[in-house]
Amino acid sequence: MKEAALKAYKAMVMARAFDTKTSALYKAGKILGGVFLGRGHEAIAACEAVFLRKGHDVYSPFIREQAGRCAWGDSVLESARTYFGSVEGCMHGRDGNVHWGKPLEGTTAPISHLGAMAAVIGGMVLAKRMQGITDAVGVTCYGDGTTSVGAFHEACNMIAVLKLPVIIVVSNNQYAYSTPNTQEFACDLLDRGRGYGLTSHACDGTDFLQTLETMHSAVTAARRGEGPQWVVATTLRMCGHGEHDDASYIPETLKAAYADRDPLAVARRQLIECGWLTEDTDAALNRECTDEVQRSVAQAQKEATPNPATEDWQATSWRPFR
Amino acid sequence: MPVTYIDAIHQAMQELLEEDPRVFLMGEDIAGTFGGAFKATKGLEAQFPGRVINTPISEDAIVGFGIGAALGGMKPILEMQFADFGLLGLNQMGNNAGAHYYRTGVPINLTLRMPCGGTPGGGPFHSQSLEALFAHFPGLHVFTPATVADAYYMLKQAVQIPDPVVFMEHKFLYRWLKADTWHDPQPLPVGKARIARAGEHATVIAFSAMVPEALKAADLLASASGYHIEVVDLRSVKPMDTDTILASVARTGRMLVVSEDFPWGGVASEVVARVAAEGLHLLDAPPLRLTSKDTPIPSHADLWKAHRPHSNDIADAVRYLISL
Ligand SMILES: Cc1ncc(C[n+]2csc(CCOP(=O)(O)OP(=O)(O)O)c2C)c(N)n1
Ligand SMILES: [Mg+2]
Repeated sequence: MKEAALKAYKAMVMARAFDTKTSALYKAGKILGGVFLGRGHEAIAACEAVFLRKGHDVYSPFIREQAGRCAWGDSVLESARTYFGSVEGCMHGRDGNVHWGKPLEGTTAPISHLGAMAAVIGGMVLAKRMQGITDAVGVTCYGDGTTSVGAFHEACNMIAVLKLPVIIVVSNNQYAYSTPNTQEFACDLLDRGRGYGLTSHACDGTDFLQTLETMHSAVTAARRGEGPQWVVATTLRMCGHGEHDDASYIPETLKAAYADRDPLAVARRQLIECGWLTEDTDAALNRECTDEVQRSVAQAQKEATPNPATEDWQATSWRPFR
Repeated sequence: MPVTYIDAIHQAMQELLEEDPRVFLMGEDIAGTFGGAFKATKGLEAQFPGRVINTPISEDAIVGFGIGAALGGMKPILEMQFADFGLLGLNQMGNNAGAHYYRTGVPINLTLRMPCGGTPGGGPFHSQSLEALFAHFPGLHVFTPATVADAYYMLKQAVQIPDPVVFMEHKFLYRWLKADTWHDPQPLPVGKARIARAGEHATVIAFSAMVPEALKAADLLASASGYHIEVVDLRSVKPMDTDTILASVARTGRMLVVSEDFPWGGVASEVVARVAAEGLHLLDAPPLRLTSKDTPIPSHADLWKAHRPHSNDIADAVRYLISL
C-alpha cells in the first residue's frame, strides 16, 4: 500500500499545484471559458485512479479529477494544453477546460452532459469482455448531483445488469453547483447503489488512507470478477463550482466543519505518521510539482493555437465518393 | 422466392457478423428466439452466441454503450425498437458520437438502426421519420434506403464506414417491398443519389418510402397525361448528393421534393434551400415541397393516409408544378 499511497499523494500535490496556478491564470484573465478546481476532491480522485493500469483498464474522469488524471499517468501538460487551446494538445483547441481524454489510451473525452460518459465506460469494458480480456476494469466518477440524471441512471442499471467490472465513484461534495443534496434526491446515496444491485462502499473522502483502502477493495473486487462496485466518497467542494463562483451559498458552519479536513493536509499528516513521508521529502516533492506545473503552463502558453484558415472543418472521418 | 426489405437487413447483419468478429448487435428484445419487435435479428443469437445482446429499456445507455464499445475496437449495430424512441438516444448520438471525431480525431464506428416511418394504425409515437433531427448534428451520416438492394448494401456500408451512421429503415417497406434478390451487380457507393426513373418534364426528389410513392405517381402521370417524370432517390440524406439533384433539375427545369417527415426544417427544406442557392437559374418554376402535415401523426388509417403524401397527392403536385 505504501507505493500506491505515495503515488496517489504525489498526484494530489501535483493537482493542487496545477489548480492553484490555473485559478491565478483565470483571475488574471489568461484563460477563457471556465476553470474548475478539484479542491477537496484530491484524495478521492487520486485514489480512484491509482490502482488502474494504463493501457489495460479504462477511466472516465469527471470535472474535479486532476489528481486522478495524474495518478492515471497523464501529465499536467495535457491539462494545460486543453485550457490554452494548444494545437499540440489532444483536443487541438476544439474542446477546452476539463474536456479532454485519450480514448485510444483508455480515457474518455467527456462531453458536458452530466452522466453521459458512464455508459461509455460500460461499453469500453464490455468491449474488453467480448475480446476475452476479463481482468480489465473501468472507473467512472460523478458528482452527487449527477446521480439524478437519467443517463446516469440508465448506465448504472445497464452496468449492473451486464455485471461489468466497473467501479462507479460518486464524489459526494454535498452540492451540485448551488443546489444542496436535499434538493437533488430524497434518499441515501448508498441506497441508490444498492438499488441497482451494486456492491456498495462508503468512505470519508477527506480521509486519505480510508479512501485509499476503500478504492483498493472496490477495484480489487471488480478485478477479481465480483461485479460492478459503487463507492460514495464524501467531502466538501473547497472552492467555487468554477472559479467564476464564490460558493457563497454554502453555509459558513459547513465550511468551518471542513476547515481542518483539507485532504492534502490530512494525507500529509497520515503519511508522516506512517513514516512513509518526511518533512524534507515532502518539501522536495512540492518543489518538484510546482516546477513541473510552472514548466508545463509556460510551454502550453507558448505553443501554437489553432488557425481557422487551415483548420480541417470536417466532422466525419469518411467523405463520400464523388 | 422474392425477398423483402427486412430480409435484406437480416441478411446484411448475418454476413457482417460472419465476416467481422468486431461486429455485434445490441438492443431491446433482439436476442433469443424472439429476434426483435420486427424480427430483424431472428435466429442471429443462436448463430452468434454472445454477440446479440438484449438490453434494458435504456436508449441513452444503448447508444452510450455503443460509443464505448466502438472506442474499445468493436463495431456495434444498435437497434432502437422504434425510431421515435431513438429520440432518447439523440443526445448520445448527436453530442457524444457525432462530436467525437472532430473533438478527438477518433471516429465512432457505430450503426444505429432506426425502424421509422408510418404504418396504418401506428399513431403519433410509432410512425415518425426524424432523419432531419439526426442529420442536423455534425458528424453523423444518415442513410434512408428505399430498395431491397439498398437496404442490404447500405447497411453493410454503414458498418464499414468508421463514423456513426443512422440507418433509417422504413417499417412500411419491411414486408411490403419485395424484389427477386438483394444483389445488385453494380451497387452505388454511399453518397450517390440514384435516378430511379428518368424523365424530362419535372424532377421529383424522394427518399425512403416516398420513392415507391413517387414512382407510382410517375406511372400514373405517364399513362394519364403523358408527362415523363424523373424520380431521384436520395438514398442518403446526409451526405446529400447535391450534384445529382442539380443535374436532374438542369434537365427538367422543375422540382418537387417529397418527404414523409413533418414540414418544418426537414430534408425537403434542405433540398429546396440547396437548389435555390446553387441552381435558381436552372428552375423554370418555384421549387415545391410536399411533406406530411404539421400535426402529430394520426392513428386511424384514414387520417394517417391523408396525413402523409400519397402517390395521388404527388401526381397532383406535379401537375400543379408543370402548370406554373
Ligand atoms: C445534463 C446537464 N445538465 C446541467 C449541466 C450544468 N452543470 C454542470 S456541472 C453541474 C453541477 C454538477 O454537480 P455534481 O454532479 O454534484 O458535481 P460537482 O460539480 O459537485 O463536482 C451542472 C448543473 C450539465 N453540464 N449537464
Ligand atoms: Mg456535487
